[in-house]
Amino acid sequence: MSTMVATNKKGLGATLWDYLTTVDHKKIAIMYLIAGGFFFIIGGLEALAIRWQLVQPMNDFVSSGFYNELITMHGTTMIFLAAMPLIFAFMNAVVPLQIGARDVAFPFLNSLGFWLFLFGGIMLNVGWFTGGAADAGWTAYAPLSTTSIGEGVDYYVLGLQISGAGTLIGGINFLVTIVNMRAPGMTYMRMPLFTWTAFVASALILFAFPALTVGLFLMMFDRLFGAGFFDPAMGGNSVIWQHLFWIFGHPEVYILALPGFGIFSEIISTFSKKRLFGYTAMVFATVLIGFLGFMVWAHHMFTVGMGPAANSIFAVATMAIAVPTGIKIFNWLFTLWGGSIQINTPMLWALGFIPTFTLGGMTGVMVAAASADFQYHDTYFVVAHFHYVIVGGVVFALFAGTHYWWPKMFGTVLDDKLGKLTFWLFFIGFHLTFFIQHFLGLMGMPRRYWVYMENQGLDLGNMISTIGAFLMGLGTIVLLINIIKTSVKNEKVSGDPWDARTLEWAIPSPPPFYNFKQLPLVRGLDPLWVEKTEGRKGMTPAEPLTDIHMPNNSFLPFVMSLGLFIAGFGFIYQKHDLSWLIVLFIGMGITLGCMLVRSVKDDLGYHVHKEDLKKEAEE
Amino acid sequence: MSEQDILNPKHMPHDPEKATLEGKNKFMGFWFFLGGETVLFASLFGTYLALNDSTNGGSSSEELFGLELVFIMTMLLLTSSLTSVYAMYHMKNHAFKKMQIWLGITVALGLGFLGCEIYEFYHYIHGEHFTMRSSAFGSAFYTLVGFHGGHVVFGLLWIIALMIRNARRGLNLYNAPKFYLASLYWHFIDVVWVFIFTVVYLMGVL
Repeated sequence: MSTMVATNKKGLGATLWDYLTTVDHKKIAIMYLIAGGFFFIIGGLEALAIRWQLVQPMNDFVSSGFYNELITMHGTTMIFLAAMPLIFAFMNAVVPLQIGARDVAFPFLNSLGFWLFLFGGIMLNVGWFTGGAADAGWTAYAPLSTTSIGEGVDYYVLGLQISGAGTLIGGINFLVTIVNMRAPGMTYMRMPLFTWTAFVASALILFAFPALTVGLFLMMFDRLFGAGFFDPAMGGNSVIWQHLFWIFGHPEVYILALPGFGIFSEIISTFSKKRLFGYTAMVFATVLIGFLGFMVWAHHMFTVGMGPAANSIFAVATMAIAVPTGIKIFNWLFTLWGGSIQINTPMLWALGFIPTFTLGGMTGVMVAAASADFQYHDTYFVVAHFHYVIVGGVVFALFAGTHYWWPKMFGTVLDDKLGKLTFWLFFIGFHLTFFIQHFLGLMGMPRRYWVYMENQGLDLGNMISTIGAFLMGLGTIVLLINIIKTSVKNEKVSGDPWDARTLEWAIPSPPPFYNFKQLPLVRGLDPLWVEKTEGRKGMTPAEPLTDIHMPNNSFLPFVMSLGLFIAGFGFIYQKHDLSWLIVLFIGMGITLGCMLVRSVKDDLGYHVHKEDLKKEAEE
Repeated sequence: MSEQDILNPKHMPHDPEKATLEGKNKFMGFWFFLGGETVLFASLFGTYLALNDSTNGGSSSEELFGLELVFIMTMLLLTSSLTSVYAMYHMKNHAFKKMQIWLGITVALGLGFLGCEIYEFYHYIHGEHFTMRSSAFGSAFYTLVGFHGGHVVFGLLWIIALMIRNARRGLNLYNAPKFYLASLYWHFIDVVWVFIFTVVYLMGVL
């Protein structure tokens, strides 16, 4: 079975079927990019609605109830359905190539992870159409969430449970891929920094997500099956939810931010034409941030009443994270120092990121001081802080990565002029929106309120903030225009359009489905650059041309995820009418049945024969 | 390695579960998965410890638990872990029939454990009127112990499916990792039970 020639023209139906059943990490990356981009736009529209409501005092653009749904779904969508999958898009597109592998360790599970995320994301948003989406804030604190009427929070619980399972599967997959699938010579201390950050982020996913899983189960049992975990009337304790949520939630910040750091490390090194300054320290700092990320969750709960001892310990641990983060900031600056710097779109994002993220880190140390946090807590100061960190650190990185790896994923370079326009619109818009919010917060404007009074010193600040938000929206539209323009033009580029350093640039753009015809021999950090400095054009192969083993496509991941999606409705609506249990059983039956099929049916993959590879090279 | 070598190996290596790259990947991936499961159960234990005195005026752990039944359950499950070790010992020596026999004994012991647990829950619900909705303690008890019980059910179905699927064709490099992972999973279930026995039952009555 050879699919060599099948890469030519295909009908729409065949292409669709190909993507529904694919286990190729590059195609899964494209699906993550499209789905994550879609949810990013949804979350962005929700943000614009929020800002439009706050553009003037006592505005009545949306009702208070709808406003609650907007802020809840904006946060949830952006974190779980936009940022996470977009990070996974780049991890899928790049990590196997950077370590010289032909695919991830578990291609089937890779596909399953994507479909679980997508069906979970759809589940979350179904609430909009069935009487109201989740409205208890993205943190869903009990008892607000357990007593919220309607099914909105139920969709939140089931949707996050399904997509969370997908994320956990993805995390395990990348851990094993990076440990077991590295090319000959690719030692741990030769791995590109993006791969390192993907590795640490995957470890964080593995140990953080199960806490969310349990939290969501407890909330599901409370809301749907009459349990009393968070209900004081039954002896329950609502603070348990906060602990479980933040034991997951704080590492989640680093799950997002670390790969962002990795993307910037690649870009800054490539466009400064220098190896990354302090590579060893960067790796060390990444691992240390990952470790400390688990020790600080209760800094979200300083005002709960844990007592001065606990507050102090968590405050000190939190401030300690500033040290490895500072190491990173200085290493980026020293990489730039004396480099032959080329300013293009990805590099602009990287240069914009450094001061923006530093500001977010600085306010982070401020809110980490437990006593001062009583003043900042639940005000716009905190809103400003975490948007500086998440947008400045993660969204900037995703924009940068989109422009940097677009040629590798699609074989054509995004327009640089439009890219720079996107950057300036978004960058200026971002600081207009959020810088002023620090001061709104210090003046006492609480977060999550749907209106504010006139003449309290909040009018101008909110107006400026809203203008900034629309500039960000404009920047995103320019990116979409850029994507359409570039795709229509479709000017093919070489495998290495940036004169870059790491392995993914040693193969054609887009890469063939087997990635490397012969696995490369890695002889140092920045392996492609090592070869270039010794006058070679590409990598030296580590093996003779042999048959390549490839995994089979499968439709099972899609059906398995669909089964859980169906079961989700059964779980929710059985609270009104027990006959919905049938739907639950059908859905779970589909999923478990698929698992059984997967277990008993042999799936050994197939081989691409070396004769075909030779023939292809001659063509 | 070609498909033929994997399904009908001419020579079986000593560690058939790790002889292929797929096997190595599964081995490592499953250990990572068990790491995640550890956090899952740690969260459930934390919740249980926070709520085990919140009886809301209803039945408390001292009134409910009797160590006799739990002792039998513990013996059944600990022994089943031992028998699964025997099964893996025979797998490494490529004695497929003996492996199947010991896996069968493991399943029988697991079913015995499950029967006791169902009897225990039935007794609490209908005899003592102690349910998930009685109190926060009830919610925490049934969730923690029920999650473990759910793992037992899944593990039994998994082992049975593997035994039936491969009964005719015997051991090869493709199914050896599957058997090995199922037995790892079974050990993990056993370890969790040791903690449930200690934290829930022993600390509950003493």
